Amino acid sequence: MSARTRELLGLVPVALVVSAGFAAVLVSRAPAGSGVDDIKAGTLTYGLAFLGLCVFAHLFIRARVPDADPYLFPLAATLAAFGLVVIYRIDPELAREQAQWFVIGLLFFVATVVFLADHSVLERYRYTIAAAGIALLLMPRLPLIGTQENGAFLAVKIGPVQFQPAEFAKIAIVIFLASYLRDTGDVLVRARSTPLGGIQQALFIVVPAALVVLVVVALGLGPAEVVLLAVFVASVAAVLRERPSLKHFGPLLLVWGLAMFMLLFIRDLGSSLMFFGGFLALLYIATARLSLVGIGATMFLGGATYLAGTVGHVQDRIDVWQTPFDPKLLEQTGGSYQIAQGLFAQADGGMFGQGFGQALLQIPGTGTKILPAAHTDLIYAVIVDEVGLFGATGLILVYLLFAARGFKTALVAGDGFSKLLAAGLTAVFALQVFVIVGGVTKVIPLTGVTLPFVSYGGSSIVANMVLLALLLIVSDHARRDRQRLQGGLV
Amino acid sequence: MNRQIVQLFGISMVLFAVLVGFTSRWSVFDAAALKDEPSNRRPLIEEQQIPRGLVKASDGTVLARSVGRGRGENRVFSRTYPTGPLFSHAVGYSFISRGRAGLERSRNGALTGEESEFGTIFSELQNRDREGREVVTTLDPDGQRAALKALGGRNGSIVAIEPQTGRVRVMVSVPEYDPNDVPERFSAFNRSPDAPLVNRATQSGYPPGSTFKVVTAAAALDSGKYNPQSIVSGSSPRTVSGVPLANAGGENFGPITLTDALTNSVNTVWAQVGESLGPGTLEKYMGRFGFNSDPPLDYPDGQMQPSGVRNAKGRLLDANAGFDVGRVALGQGGDEGTILVTPLQMAMVAAAVGNRGELMRPRLTERIVAKDGRVTDRFRPTRQSRVMSESSARQLAQMMGNVVEEGTGTASALSGVKVGGKTGTAEVDNATANQAWFIAFAPLDRPKMAVAVTIERTQGQGGTDAAPLAKQVFEALLGPGGVR
Repeated sequence: MSARTRELLGLVPVALVVSAGFAAVLVSRAPAGSGVDDIKAGTLTYGLAFLGLCVFAHLFIRARVPDADPYLFPLAATLAAFGLVVIYRIDPELAREQAQWFVIGLLFFVATVVFLADHSVLERYRYTIAAAGIALLLMPRLPLIGTQENGAFLAVKIGPVQFQPAEFAKIAIVIFLASYLRDTGDVLVRARSTPLGGIQQALFIVVPAALVVLVVVALGLGPAEVVLLAVFVASVAAVLRERPSLKHFGPLLLVWGLAMFMLLFIRDLGSSLMFFGGFLALLYIATARLSLVGIGATMFLGGATYLAGTVGHVQDRIDVWQTPFDPKLLEQTGGSYQIAQGLFAQADGGMFGQGFGQALLQIPGTGTKILPAAHTDLIYAVIVDEVGLFGATGLILVYLLFAARGFKTALVAGDGFSKLLAAGLTAVFALQVFVIVGGVTKVIPLTGVTLPFVSYGGSSIVANMVLLALLLIVSDHARRDRQRLQGGLV
Repeated sequence: MNRQIVQLFGISMVLFAVLVGFTSRWSVFDAAALKDEPSNRRPLIEEQQIPRGLVKASDGTVLARSVGRGRGENRVFSRTYPTGPLFSHAVGYSFISRGRAGLERSRNGALTGEESEFGTIFSELQNRDREGREVVTTLDPDGQRAALKALGGRNGSIVAIEPQTGRVRVMVSVPEYDPNDVPERFSAFNRSPDAPLVNRATQSGYPPGSTFKVVTAAAALDSGKYNPQSIVSGSSPRTVSGVPLANAGGENFGPITLTDALTNSVNTVWAQVGESLGPGTLEKYMGRFGFNSDPPLDYPDGQMQPSGVRNAKGRLLDANAGFDVGRVALGQGGDEGTILVTPLQMAMVAAAVGNRGELMRPRLTERIVAKDGRVTDRFRPTRQSRVMSESSARQLAQMMGNVVEEGTGTASALSGVKVGGKTGTAEVDNATANQAWFIAFAPLDRPKMAVAVTIERTQGQGGTDAAPLAKQVFEALLGPGGVR
């Protein structure tokens, strides 16, 4: 069976999700006495329209990137279909808009594939792309166009159009890092040509250890700080034991500075975690040095801890995260009301959920919303409420499968840039899922990033369709090269 | 590079597993706790769409009903209380904005028509809407009204229990509040120094004064160490735990019988009795009367507190804590700990003596009736404990009869019906005011009703202030001739 036929068959579950989902929502919404025919008609319209778009996309993929991974698109379509059903359940008007965004996202998808026949072109514009990425991140802080929501600066509003630049910045920054680290990954840290002598080896253990003890005693650090410091010093020592090329560290420090800057000015731990996590993932793939990841992670955690202690709003976020049911924090604007309501909604879901259309979203008779941001930040809470632990686990498994196919693409890719690009895009995608689902489930502080393909939001759909297009392009090249190679061998 | 990519996928799996773990924590493992979180209004909102069942008095008077407004999906119900403040503490309230209290809370399951998992599936198949069941209480509107009138606005509490059945006929706490005002005036109620939302009958620990001598007497008689004719010296003052103890008014009695010592409430005698019984025996009998644990009443746990010996920090003490057993035995205490009791507990003491030594579980619910008129639960009298032998109880009842006939409790005497009782007066606020008490049962030979009356910060005595109130409650509940 060809890859594309498998892709087409992969759309069957999408069709099922769409029709069963809409049928369930319509049944629960139907006023008593209305006919089964209305439900059938409604389901068919929505289901067929969505499925038509998917088949169109499939035919386009068949024509332009015929050798691309057959599972990535059906998985993304499953997520989008599921998201559409949940959004429809929250507000049919929003679902209509989301469907429109899905069409626009498809156009971006098509455009990306058409104009970027070969992704290696991107390497040529790496600094332009990096600058664009940083500019995108800064936009929400600009006067006039920047907007603040829940204390974080995440959106830009130009006239009637509002978008979240971070969604696009994540792609730009991964492209830059993949390209930069492909070149510098090997020279950043190199093994010494002549091994160190026994005394030198010993010094690399004794001196850092003494340093750590000295600092700990002098400053009287707590246990968490001691661990942080120990990991940092050990990592630095491990790097120094080899031959680091200090001048190549400059841009990496810049990335760290950028993450700290985001924490401080964009006021969003979530997206800065997502960006920096993606960066560390790429750094590790490119250099195979855990020590570098150790330095990066401790610097991020150290910086974040320092900011938490000194900058009020970061500390507020942490309090809200740790004690969401504190009555004072519940009443505070930008306080813990959102996370607490999200947890309450999940508690209502239980093992199997209350069923589509059954979750309590607003106070009956008043129209007052009880679950804020149900279609965006807290959509995962609605999902747990309606389809329960089992349904939510299924959703996370779909994300895991998507990540698996993304990393698989990186594995089969032939050149370093393609590998880093595919792995980096997959890593930020997976991290975004972790950041928002982790936020809603109180693993980490809740921040306003979207659940890819599922949350309502134009920027999110469009950016993730571009991300999908890039993965498919990389995959198409890699698999074609590999087939050619195998064909040659035979 | 490939090895690192595979490791990265491994990390992704771990992170996603954490997400699934936390999702299961909130949706399954910690779900019940989240639903109990005070800031979680979801359970209330969901229940607001269910018509709660009626709460009725034993004679059928409606005490709480639900009124619907809006239609279709937007139909919601709210509670009104036709009797206003009359049953405020016993019935409580249920409002989406303020939560629940009283029977509205403890019988919430029945009132909202909660069903077993199986029942839920069954009614969903039948497409039946959830409907609340009706709760018929044991409460008597006449008795309740008489008790409220008797207290006449003085802070305090009256509880009346049927000794043979444990049915709570009267539960009054003053100041009362109008449950209909709870949505608007909740904060004002909470701020009020008189604490109207506190049910004094079950939540307030008061020094019982000499009413506690009934508990000491029960222990004395039933342990076999004493009988009603035992002679004990009533000389005053007398050193107890190293500190001199005097009788009321410094009166010196000389050697007298235990019966006379109860009739005249002779402190020095009961202190000696307490010391000779020791803390262990006293604690044993207190336990049988229901002290030291929440009463088994169908009332919210959070709105009851156990009676017993408490230290300055309010912690319950056991027999080994070394409290002044002599002073505890007469309803006071020392630096280590003092005896503090609820009016409900003292009504249970009177009821146990009145029911020949057998304590019945107190209860507020008579039966629960489904919407179709089917009785789903009927509560029958059940024994809580055998406090003392029947003969000990008869002896103690006679002694308490003497208190009313010729002792401190004459003000409670009914015409034509003999009453058994005991007065109590505990000094509070550095001896500037009294906590007045009276516990009693009637008729003496075949008790049908037991009451406990207490008044906060009064200048009078138990015999002058509290005993006449018991009489009024008896008359309302038993009729002037003791039969109704």
